[in-house]
Amino acid sequence: MKRIARASLQSAANLVFFAVIGTAVLASTFFLTHDEIVKSVEREKLKLITQIVPATLFDNDIMQDTLNIPADLLLGNEDITMVYRARIKGEPSAVVLEAIAPDGYSGKIALILAVRANGELAGVRVVAHKETPGLGDYIELPKSPWIKGFDGKSREAYKDADWKVKKDGGQFDYMAGATITPRAMVKAVNKALQYFAANRDKLFAVSATSSPDKGRSGVVKEKQK
Amino acid sequence: MSLQEYKDIFYNGVWKQNTGVVQLLGLCPILAVSSTVVNGVSLGLATALVMALSGAAISPIRNYVPNEIRIPVFILIIAVLVTVVQYLMNAYMYSLYVVLGIFIPLIVTNCIVLARIEAFASKNPVGASAMDGFAMGLGLTAVLAVLGGMREIFGHGTLLSGIDLALGEATKDWVIHVVPNYHGFLLAILPPGAFIGLGCLIAGKNWLNLRKERKARGGSAMVMPVDAGCAPSSH
Repeated sequence: MKRIARASLQSAANLVFFAVIGTAVLASTFFLTHDEIVKSVEREKLKLITQIVPATLFDNDIMQDTLNIPADLLLGNEDITMVYRARIKGEPSAVVLEAIAPDGYSGKIALILAVRANGELAGVRVVAHKETPGLGDYIELPKSPWIKGFDGKSREAYKDADWKVKKDGGQFDYMAGATITPRAMVKAVNKALQYFAANRDKLFAVSATSSPDKGRSGVVKEKQK
Repeated sequence: MSLQEYKDIFYNGVWKQNTGVVQLLGLCPILAVSSTVVNGVSLGLATALVMALSGAAISPIRNYVPNEIRIPVFILIIAVLVTVVQYLMNAYMYSLYVVLGIFIPLIVTNCIVLARIEAFASKNPVGASAMDGFAMGLGLTAVLAVLGGMREIFGHGTLLSGIDLALGEATKDWVIHVVPNYHGFLLAILPPGAFIGLGCLIAGKNWLNLRKERKARGGSAMVMPVDAGCAPSSH
């Protein structure tokens, strides 16, 4: 009995020893790479944002001028998301919102969209989706320019009936064989514009809470997984 | 260890005991990330790196770990190494890290890693173990590259698409459009295409082996009733 106890204790000590070494190695790698990881996440996000917010539209540090907004039905989010504000000489010029189209062909489609201060869309991009490759994935920019069809559109020019694919009597193109995907996209973008119209002043407000919070800067990255 | 022995280990890992087409271990990543050359090669190299490191890390402690708890200890070490590689990729190859996503941490569960540790590194010296892990990983990378290339050409009509994710913006125009204005072939992109492609690769490897065997038997190729049934030259 005693021998068994000693043997198991020895095994446990052995395991603990390796666990401690492993943890030490991991911790040091984490500290060595952490700054670089945060930087690459930011860089990647900035790249995405500058794709839809033209450089002429802002002179502020867009990555730092942020605001956390609670989940909203119109945006389709289930969690707090971050809004980036573009300004020229302090005047609001555009915001970058995250939105979710919940009814894609195979689940949620995560979008980011930039809305100019006058309610016009500056651009839309898909951040993550699970649509069928080769069929529904023309919503991705490298695959097709379809998503640029949103540029310049607004709820002023297009009424609710226009915010549909052409097949349903609206104004937006679609590709035969995959209508569910663009339908979900158009609906989500329209709703996000409604959200913008309803919350415009709040979105641009220079609030005390707009200080950059590093802890939440992983929002876009989490969505991509 | 002599040079010849290293050569044998290398040949064994890359060709004779190839993980992808001979041992058929670690099929999950093979099927999942072989949609393009760049994805396949990147994950293959990450796996090779983990295998070489874990071989080198486990070999020196092989005599100190009690037999009963060797598996948990090995897995622990592999998991640590995979996480280190994951951190490094996250820091220095961010866009590739996003593309490969969940498959990087899943290298831990790739049975080929533990299999080589059990079968080789826990019985051999450091240098040989590192070499074995690296060669096995390289064999896997080769299969992923060929399979990725096949699927990419048939599926998208391109080669090396996404190279800028791995090597930076400057390499963007390395992408080769093999078939211009190609409309895509969905079957090759979806998982069944990976199964079919892998099947073809295995068949090709077997055919090469058979041919070599026949040549070795020296000129007797004319009368070969024994394996005429499976030799492709019989029709």
